[in-house]
Amino acid sequence: MGEKVQRREDPRLLTGNGRYLDDLGRGALQAAFVRSPHAHARIVDIDIADAWELDGVEAIYTWEDLPGRVAEPLPVLIPHPAMTHARTGYCLARDEVNHVGEAVVMVVARDRYVAEDACARITVQYDTLPAVVGVARARDGDRLVHDDVPGNVAANLRQEVGDVDTAMAAAPHTLTLELAIERSACMPMEGKGVFARWDADDGSLRLYSSTQTSTGVRAAVAAKLELPLAKVEVVTPDVGGGFGVKIVHPWPEEVLVPWAARNLGRDVKWTEDRREHFVSSAHERGQLQEVTVGFDDDGRLLALDVHFWHDNGAYTPYGIIVPIITATQLLGPYKPGAYRVEFWSLYTNTVLVTPYRGAGRPQGCYAMERTMDAIAEHRGLDRAEVRSRNFIQPDEMPWDHGLMFQDGRPLKYDSGDFPASLAKLKALVGWDDFAAYREQAAREGRRVGLGIGCYVEGTGVGPYEGGHVQVETSGRVNVATGLTTQGQGHQTILAQIVADELGVPFDDVHVTTGDTRRMAYAVGTFASRGAVMSGNAVALAARVVRAKALRIAAEALEVSPDDLDIADGVVSVKGAPGTSIALKTVAVMSNPLRYAFDASAAAATQFAGTFDPDTPPVGDDDEPGLEGQDFYSPTQATFANGMHAAVVETDPVTAEIRILRYCVVHDCGVMVNPMIVEGQVHGGVAQGVGGALYERMVYDEGGQLLNASFMDFLMPYASEVPHIETDHLETPSPLNPLGIKGAGEAGTIPVSAVIASAIEDAEGFPIRSMPISPAELWELRRRHAASDPHPVPVQEDPR
Amino acid sequence: MSQSAADPLLDITVRVNGVRRTAAAPARRLLSDFLRHDLGLTGTHVGCEHGVCGACTVLVDGEPARACLMFAVTAQAHDVTTVEGIGHDPADLDPVQQAFVECHALQCGFCTPGFVTTISAYLDEHPDPSADEAREAISGNLCRCTGYQNIVAAVLRAAELRREREGTP
Amino acid sequence: MKPAPFVHHAPRTVEEAVAVLAQVGPDGKVLAGGQSLVPVLNMRLASPGHLVDVNGVAGLDTVEVTAEHVRVGALVRHAGLERHDGAAAALPLLRQAVRHVAHPAIRTRGTTVGSLAHADPAGEMPAVAVLTGAVLEVTGPRGTREVAADGFFLGPLETVLEADELVVAVRFGRLPAGTRTGFAESARRSGDYALAGVALAVSTDGNTVTGARASFVSVTPVPDVLVLTPVLAGARVGALPLDAVTEAVRAHVDPESDIHAGADYRRMLAAELTVRSLVSTTTGVREGAA
Repeated sequence: MGEKVQRREDPRLLTGNGRYLDDLGRGALQAAFVRSPHAHARIVDIDIADAWELDGVEAIYTWEDLPGRVAEPLPVLIPHPAMTHARTGYCLARDEVNHVGEAVVMVVARDRYVAEDACARITVQYDTLPAVVGVARARDGDRLVHDDVPGNVAANLRQEVGDVDTAMAAAPHTLTLELAIERSACMPMEGKGVFARWDADDGSLRLYSSTQTSTGVRAAVAAKLELPLAKVEVVTPDVGGGFGVKIVHPWPEEVLVPWAARNLGRDVKWTEDRREHFVSSAHERGQLQEVTVGFDDDGRLLALDVHFWHDNGAYTPYGIIVPIITATQLLGPYKPGAYRVEFWSLYTNTVLVTPYRGAGRPQGCYAMERTMDAIAEHRGLDRAEVRSRNFIQPDEMPWDHGLMFQDGRPLKYDSGDFPASLAKLKALVGWDDFAAYREQAAREGRRVGLGIGCYVEGTGVGPYEGGHVQVETSGRVNVATGLTTQGQGHQTILAQIVADELGVPFDDVHVTTGDTRRMAYAVGTFASRGAVMSGNAVALAARVVRAKALRIAAEALEVSPDDLDIADGVVSVKGAPGTSIALKTVAVMSNPLRYAFDASAAAATQFAGTFDPDTPPVGDDDEPGLEGQDFYSPTQATFANGMHAAVVETDPVTAEIRILRYCVVHDCGVMVNPMIVEGQVHGGVAQGVGGALYERMVYDEGGQLLNASFMDFLMPYASEVPHIETDHLETPSPLNPLGIKGAGEAGTIPVSAVIASAIEDAEGFPIRSMPISPAELWELRRRHAASDPHPVPVQEDPR
Repeated sequence: MSQSAADPLLDITVRVNGVRRTAAAPARRLLSDFLRHDLGLTGTHVGCEHGVCGACTVLVDGEPARACLMFAVTAQAHDVTTVEGIGHDPADLDPVQQAFVECHALQCGFCTPGFVTTISAYLDEHPDPSADEAREAISGNLCRCTGYQNIVAAVLRAAELRREREGTP
Repeated sequence: MKPAPFVHHAPRTVEEAVAVLAQVGPDGKVLAGGQSLVPVLNMRLASPGHLVDVNGVAGLDTVEVTAEHVRVGALVRHAGLERHDGAAAALPLLRQAVRHVAHPAIRTRGTTVGSLAHADPAGEMPAVAVLTGAVLEVTGPRGTREVAADGFFLGPLETVLEADELVVAVRFGRLPAGTRTGFAESARRSGDYALAGVALAVSTDGNTVTGARASFVSVTPVPDVLVLTPVLAGARVGALPLDAVTEAVRAHVDPESDIHAGADYRRMLAAELTVRSLVSTTTGVREGAA
């Protein structure tokens, strides 16, 4: 624990020995889909005759062909009382399509080339309907996505703590900010993919999916295909990134591919291509926000009143998790005074919206931090100072905001030292020296700005994860946890934890994730929960095994378990290392045998050694084998936090924006592997930079996604991502045995807020819409020069 | 295997990682698919199929090229090197691969083969790059996990390792 | 994203290539580097029935430098031209510009001639071709003809080439001794198509500008030359009439808006890049001296 251990996964992945979804099932039939070219339309007719003419086509399916529950709408995964109008799509569109890219026809063919040939020969006639594109249009409600959803409102949720109206009326100063933030997407380098193998003899299904939840897929597919759970196993191979999009399940293809495999009695595979990923996976981030804040002369918050309108796309399979997180995590490290937040989650005829790394937090952080800067500007105060004055103090932990979080549990911060984090950040970026730097730059004709953003992230939400630890008689330690891995290094960090807990060499520990054959109970990988949940689960399981090992060894050595210790795979008497027994020998002893398969096993057979004839070989409250299982299930999330600062330079003429420095102070409690934590921060910041300066989903009014390629959706290359300077604070979480808080999403959360803050500082006018391109900044300059600022800037209430 | 008349199979022979490999595939078979599915060399990954992401980068006559923008038939005249050709044994890593381990330059690993091939060819021509040059060298490959910082470090470390290995026969 | 079926032709000579092109007519496409064509095929935005793969045609892969020009064969890759020291010495603008073409792994396959035949207004090399008075050598069933770059491009992705013709080489004209060149462009990300770009040739006599010409990337429907000599002739280096240059460029270019930037922005950017490139080209950047 705490060591920069090199990753176990790497040599395999670096040498072409990884096994990602599309690397499996060589020779399997391949699926491709006819997808809707229209954002909103009724399906009039589907003509597949031409496609059947093609050699190599094995099956063509439309909704009409789907049986039973496969033909029913996909599940609403996370129902919520406020989501009065949940709507989900079908595996194949039934009679209406609601976004470009929605699957209409499935083709299964010899290979993907032929499958695409067949798709090209299928004609679908549509009656097009008016499309609802963009939050503003959806909010207008004059056009509807779903006929039976008035105002396009999937959900309306309001939470209030304190009396906002009274506090606002009494506040010496108020400001209102109107803010906008656009769509981006997870965009893992590997798209989704499913490979199904139906065993007709056994009536069972083996399903491989590039997913963030194998147990979730298993349960959903078993339900859809009406198979006993015992006849479905789901294995997650190497996954080429997830970032949220692969937590949604079942994707239509996760149902259709195994269904087709069973139908055809053949292996069937679907590998999503990049264009499909753009138009048929998921996006995130699009919101319009209105923040009204009341504060005193010193910039202290008295009342905060937030309304926002969230674009949930065409369907709501993942519920309203994203806007709930925005509504709650918006508060960051601050005490808001009285707080009221109300949101409307709105349907649009666009790709659905589900969590993307940060999951609503980047939007919330953006709203709060833009507000902090506006207060500082209004009061003529230092921006860091205003933040500092509003911090929850370390001695006020745990801090209960009085709100309900995304897991249905209280939004109660368990730990964090925000003043200390801010001090570290100011030192790292040189906050107090920036004025001098700015003057120096100005003398050189350069325009620079400094930005800051703070956030708190609820990580490691429940309900639970499990760990299973087994010591083989060879000394090999097998560890299984059910959540999946997409590059976070779980095989390394979980092995580190178990090696420490159990007292065995790191190299002896082997970790399996995301395989329902090895761990049938699990939730999934999201919400920065891998290390918190499975880390603690495997630690607890290792403790079970350790206790058992000590008990067996104590009997063998005729000492008390309290007198024993385990180190380097050997159980020995404290202070008398000569009196010892290898853990692998304990493993032999733990499993009384009738049959010997090797020399070590012989020691456990019934004629070897002595025994008490009055006790059974396996005690009443015991089980054979040196193994154990346990589950970690916390009462609530644990809250990580961090603060970022950036220095940007904007070209005085071309408005090109360059990040000169990017500084991160991060507190995720105890770090299992600081190298991996740092890597997570880097990757998060890079995605944040993408979202702040480069990436957006450009829909036209008709609902066509205009930039559905890597040519026009501008994911940053190395040339666009700055060098990232990091510092860490470790305030352990009191909530879990290891003191861990999650780290996965943190880097992404404040970046749009920070960059907006820095550009605003450089330019001297408010930035109220992100992302921002040079052309947009240039346009803003023109408008401000013409005194026609837009979007609406900070407005002092006229009272 | 049956086939449609419009898309006849050709015997395509490409020298891959020093070995002549032949498979029957239609003219439209992308080199990336030929390597992965016809030859079973799945180390070359496909991330976009329009030449932007660089995950499928292989070396054609020693120079980096997008395997998704080349037809296998066109590759017949050339030597193709994939990540497996750089180093296929997890216990015996090439300097670039070793540097990636040391610098934590990969997370999910999907884009990684394209970086390894690209960097390998780059270091052949530029054995001692600066940090800025290293960053530029990898600026044609997308990675969604690492933020690139550790890949830049790995380029520099790989250059060091290459020099060390050359220095010690 | 897999291409539709096509018939693959692998001619060994220019004559064979042209014969096949003539035979398949408009249903045929020439495949050289393929770095623009193959993405289009993969996305099935085009599905030609025949691909005439000229990669095996002998004799098209050379760069020749003479007193008058740099001749680049149809199979010379951007990377090959970039690396060619003789070409860089004879006409520095070639290396200055070709470095901006996409990313290295694209330049290793993409051909310079191919980028001319493709005639993308966002291409760098068409701008260089018109600025250097390049001549394209075009072979068809009716024989060989020479087409000046000025006149070759008809519009975005449109040229005077017939379906059965093949560009076998381009001769970039060398610039008079003492001409300095510059190339600048701005893209959203490194290696992306430029929002705007400029190729520049400036001649000086001592510290006095005697002539200047510019051509542009991404801001004109076809690459053409803006003669800046009337604006700049007689001006002293270090005291150039940059506002007048800005005005001239703004009046010349005719950019379109797209999702990355509006026309106004691109116009400004083209002018600013020209000004900056002009300043750096004339202030002792010896690298650019011909």
